[in-house]
Amino acid sequence: MAANDNQHGPPSDMERIKETSNYLRGTIVESLNDAVTGAIAADDQQLTKFHGTYQQDDRDARLRRQHKKLEPAFTFMVRVGIPGGLATADQWIVMDDLSVKYANNTLKLTTRQAFQLHGVLKSNLWAAIHEINAALMTSIAACGDVCRNTMATPNPDASTIHQQVYEATMDIARLVRPQTNAYHEIWVDDKKVLTSKDERPPEEVEPLYLKHYLPRKFKIGLAIPPHNDIDVFSQDLGMIAIAEGDRLVGFNLVCGGGMGMSHGKPETYPNAGTVIGFCTADQLCQVTEQLVTIQRDFGDRSNRQHARFKYTIDDRGIDWLIGELNSRLGWQIESARPYAFESNGDSYGWLKGIDGAWYMTLFIENGRVRDAGDLRMKTGLRKIAELGLCDFRLTGNQNLILGKVASSNKKKLQKLLDEYGITAVQSTSAARLNSMACASLPYCGLAMAESERYLPDLMTRIETMIKEAGIWEVPITIRMTGCPNGCARPYLAEIAFVGKSPGHYNVYLGAGFTGDRLNKLYREGIDEETILQELEPLIKHFAAERLNGEHFGDFVIRAGYVKPTTAGLNFHD
Amino acid sequence: MQISALDTTTSPLTAEQAALLNQLVASLSPTQVAWLGGYLSGVAGYTQSLLGLLQPGQNGMATAGTLPSPSAAASGAPEVTILFGSQTGNGEKVAKKLQSAALAKGLQATIQDMGSYRPTMLKQATCLLIIVSTHGEGDPPDRVRELHSFLYGKRAPKLDGVDYSVLALGDRTYRHYCKIGKDFDARLEELGAKRIHDRIDCDVDYEDAAQLWIDGVTALLARKAGPAPAGAAPQGFALGAMAAATTSEYDRKNPFMAGLLERIVLTDEGSEKETLHVEISLEGSGLTYQPGDSLGVFPTNSPELVDAVLTASRLDGDATVTTHEGEGGNLRELLTQRYEIAQLTPDVIEKYANFGSISELQALMSEDRFDDLQSYLHGRDLVDLLQDYPLDMYPNDLVDILRKMTPRLYSLASSLEACPEEAHLCIAPVSYATYGRDRFGVCSSYFARRLEDDGKIPVYIHENNYFRLPEDPRADMIMVGPGTGVAPFRAFMQHREMLGHEGRNWLFFGEQHFRTDFLYQAEWLQWRASGLLTHLDAAFSRDQDHKIYVQHRLKERAGELYEWLQNGAHFYVCGDESRMAHDVHAALVEIVMEQGRLSAEAAEDYVNDLRRSNRYQRDVY
Ligand code: SRM
Ligand SMILES: Cc1cc2nc3c(=O)[nH]c(=O)nc-3n(C[C@H](O)[C@H](O)[C@H](O)COP(=O)(O)OP(=O)(O)OC[C@H]3O[C@@H](n4cnc5c(N)ncnc54)[C@H](O)[C@@H]3O)c2cc1C
Ligand SMILES: Cc1cc2nc3c(=O)[nH]c(=O)nc-3n(C[C@H](O)[C@H](O)[C@H](O)COP(=O)(O)O)c2cc1C
Ligand code: SF4
Repeated sequence: MAANDNQHGPPSDMERIKETSNYLRGTIVESLNDAVTGAIAADDQQLTKFHGTYQQDDRDARLRRQHKKLEPAFTFMVRVGIPGGLATADQWIVMDDLSVKYANNTLKLTTRQAFQLHGVLKSNLWAAIHEINAALMTSIAACGDVCRNTMATPNPDASTIHQQVYEATMDIARLVRPQTNAYHEIWVDDKKVLTSKDERPPEEVEPLYLKHYLPRKFKIGLAIPPHNDIDVFSQDLGMIAIAEGDRLVGFNLVCGGGMGMSHGKPETYPNAGTVIGFCTADQLCQVTEQLVTIQRDFGDRSNRQHARFKYTIDDRGIDWLIGELNSRLGWQIESARPYAFESNGDSYGWLKGIDGAWYMTLFIENGRVRDAGDLRMKTGLRKIAELGLCDFRLTGNQNLILGKVASSNKKKLQKLLDEYGITAVQSTSAARLNSMACASLPYCGLAMAESERYLPDLMTRIETMIKEAGIWEVPITIRMTGCPNGCARPYLAEIAFVGKSPGHYNVYLGAGFTGDRLNKLYREGIDEETILQELEPLIKHFAAERLNGEHFGDFVIRAGYVKPTTAGLNFHD
Repeated sequence: MQISALDTTTSPLTAEQAALLNQLVASLSPTQVAWLGGYLSGVAGYTQSLLGLLQPGQNGMATAGTLPSPSAAASGAPEVTILFGSQTGNGEKVAKKLQSAALAKGLQATIQDMGSYRPTMLKQATCLLIIVSTHGEGDPPDRVRELHSFLYGKRAPKLDGVDYSVLALGDRTYRHYCKIGKDFDARLEELGAKRIHDRIDCDVDYEDAAQLWIDGVTALLARKAGPAPAGAAPQGFALGAMAAATTSEYDRKNPFMAGLLERIVLTDEGSEKETLHVEISLEGSGLTYQPGDSLGVFPTNSPELVDAVLTASRLDGDATVTTHEGEGGNLRELLTQRYEIAQLTPDVIEKYANFGSISELQALMSEDRFDDLQSYLHGRDLVDLLQDYPLDMYPNDLVDILRKMTPRLYSLASSLEACPEEAHLCIAPVSYATYGRDRFGVCSSYFARRLEDDGKIPVYIHENNYFRLPEDPRADMIMVGPGTGVAPFRAFMQHREMLGHEGRNWLFFGEQHFRTDFLYQAEWLQWRASGLLTHLDAAFSRDQDHKIYVQHRLKERAGELYEWLQNGAHFYVCGDESRMAHDVHAALVEIVMEQGRLSAEAAEDYVNDLRRSNRYQRDVY
């Protein structure tokens, strides 16, 4: 089935690794048992991604340890994807426990509704992943060349179809989950001391992925209007739920979104996906399967920088995609239905769901759950979880919803939120509430500049200007990443800071507030003082000449600061 | 060597004679003393060697003298067998000196390492000159174990007709001072051999006392032999010629002032240790060394401690002092550079007690109070002594009771092949708190705290021919080196890498924590990746609930380890003497027993064979 004639060159090394891995086993077990290094073998570093864990090192310690003739301070990041973001209180407790036992005593809530543990030593990795599974969660396919965690709007506040969309989300999650038994053998089975020489079960088959899996990561997310909190236009395959009254009828299909690009390589670019049509809820899995296999068969397996679905599509055109899809389906998808988004952020505070229960959306700055000074977020949330009176919903903006709270229990939760300082940090500028930053330093190996550790301070300085300008309450999406990969989806932010080198950022402006339009480069590689100098007149101008309800991203275009980006292909123009 | 005053109770001399002798001895240089020893014992008709008159316990020499046998004297040139047992090379050095001295006197002298000496040869010997050190807690050096137990075993031969004398090397701070030398001395006599010269016990500062013995025994034997027959060729080979000829003018007596190149704390933040990597320049010294050798370092004491000594003794640091070695200087300088003040040793207690007639301390010196003495010494330094038993004294009195600064040895962690004209060391700082005060090991804290970045370090090379890479470049090596014990193996690896030795290499390392204490981890991993290091195993004792040490790792790998041994691998152990070396030895025997399906005795034999063939070598401290 592999469409070799679609390939531009010899397969990348990653293709060899996948091929020779015996369905993702590699020598992971041997690597784990190698006690004299905190690292795992090079090929295994690629393979463990499919198992949801990345080898990293504490970059703050790199030079120091090199000088001391020690290997880098290797640790592992473990990602636990939660489809649709819906976790139980018990699962929260488990993750909290693991963060204490095996990680750096923090939890990271990611931009794709996952938990991340940082700083897990190799010697603890097996136990950590094993215990995650014991709590009915998994890290499989949280990373790697597969379909990643399936996202979905977690908040049922504004729509009756939430439950139906959640079920569709789980159907997709099951469909795209790798079938190899490798994960189970390595992490879940209790016989830990297995080696690659041990007898293997007969070759399994990956019905969806085949032996080489996908050319690159593939991301799927379902949005329920008016919320675009999962940034449906950033997904390789996005779905916009279409309801008729209380009934989910189907989904608009959005294809070819993606954020990743590289500085200085204009052939790489972020893209906002294109709405290609509509399918019914019943057809969703079938359509998903065909779109994934189209990317599997046509995606670039030679150049990983050109391997995402967006490039596969842009190389051939949307019409080709629709034609290929229809021919694989044997029937035609319908034309898209109307929809309307209000924002790609979260709505904070207590909201009553259409189901009658209460939902408390909490701002978790940059998704990092920890205790720091008066803000004892981690302990507080733990206490709340122990009450067992709510579920825990991870949002696509690194935030948390305490969900399905009975009216009678609201007060108890509120009391704990107050007591642990969590309430206090909710009242901040609307801009901060709409900010997010990727993980970046010290663990991210690709980071070029600080992000998560830095944005809060930068925001404090920006807030000073915002306050002076009198727009404290005006939401502005502000996103920062430590490199152009775009993990906090910066190119869909009204203001974005993308790391270029330590202390220096590219500034992008002008994305749509609903997450439907990419932004545009405004200033390149500037430091904090320059950032503030550049932003100040803009913010003043915006405050002074803002039209009624006008968003910052639209304003900077109207005022001529940047040109609108209408498609990924003209992002760099 | 410290020579303390003679009096009528400690010698058969009259008070007058003793005073005269004391006066004379005090004015002599060590070589003069040595010469005099030889002279006196050589004087015809002299029935008692002067050395024999000196009392044990205070002067490093043995008890009552014995008569040289007149019959032996008439029997012509005896064939002298110099039998040495050495762990860190001192004994070997003395043996070579003795051989040269004997040959120079026209004696026939062969030199034999106890490690390769067939015990059954003892019976055939006519004259045995034995040099042996004590290690562990009164244990024989590794290569002496077999001979030692042979002498005490069922197969011990009758040695009637064999003449002998023993030089014992040791360290007075140990409980079993010169125990093995004493064992040999006593046992040979029991077996019927005849002591022709009293044993001399040498403290760490062994050179002078050893010279006395060399001069004594060679003079005695030369006298017995009569004039050397014309043209008699000296017999036996001079071992000294085999050792790498060092062209350098620098040695222990004349250390080289080496520059510090680099000093790195190897352990990472969060470690309970602060192990140092030190790089020293030997440029211009002409000093060379081989992997397995150590660097001798003369440290200086900390100024704070010197001040504390001055305060406690109420002495003026600027006072000028002349030591009985004829050295002069101001007190502060001498205390800083020349004497041990951070540790107390029995000889210091004894002299101080005698000087001040402190009966409480004098009482501690009796054999049966050894434990009390040790417990007083433990964790105390000179300041404590001066405070506990204050005395009025002159600056000279103070330095006279002190023990000279002993150089500290550090395994060389580099190979000259890889690091020309450099010496790398791996040093674990010693620090502890006792009696309400923080205390620091002299030399390790000198490196860690006092040595300036551009400072100069007095160093010399301490050869160790018992810790050497296999001669065969294709031979495999198993190296067990926890903690700083890993240092020489870094030198081994550098050497083998540079010379392209093909033998396989296997390192067992151990420390407290993987994350922070894995000394030279990046280098080992690189060597493993390049294939130079075939296996790398490590035990981190405190990373889990139960303690895991290198010996556990050895046992885990028993099968393959035994295969390597069967295949001719050399087995090296370096590092902590007190526990590790014993546990590793036990593990080795156990592995051989289990894997080779041998009895305990056969396994011991197997390991002894390894030792005899130089395939089991240890450098432990
Ligand atoms: C944790 C997270 C950011 C956060 O702070 O929340 C994250 C963190 C990392 N991302 Fe990401 N990405 C995260 C969401 C994203 C998103 C946003 C999204 O998916 O909605 C994007 C942009 C969308 C897209 O994929 O185009 C994104 C685009 C990338 C890329 C660029 C991909 C590309 O097409 O060029 C990389 C690098 C790569 O894959 O080569 C990357 C790689 C990484 C790695 C694994 C770095 C690496 O490869 O060594 C980062 C680990 C850092 C750490 O210590 O946690 N991450 N990453 C997000 C985890 C999501 C999840 O739970 O699965
Ligand atoms: C052949 C050989 C090779 C060696 N190689 C190395 C090497 O590579 N690296 C290395 O670091 N060392 C090595 N050593 C040991 C080294 O020579 C020194 O002995 C060591 O550095 C301590 O010296 P110091 O002057 O710092 O301490 P010292 O001043 O000599 O003090 C050490 C003494 O302090 C006392 N002491 C220590 N701890 C306590 C305590 N907790 N309570 C009470 N008293 C205590 C003990 O009496 C101990 O003997 C080697 C030794 C030998 C013989
Ligand atoms: C680890 C170790 C243990 C020692 N134990 C003793 C001992 O128990 N009794 C003793 O008198 N000397 C002891 N010594 C001192 C040595 O005997 C002394 O350093 C001697 O000069 C070494 O001679 P060699 O190099 O020929 O082996 C010990 C030395 C070391 C390094
Ligand atoms: S955007 Fe870059 S720096 Fe930030 S987490 Fe992703 S890969 Fe790392």
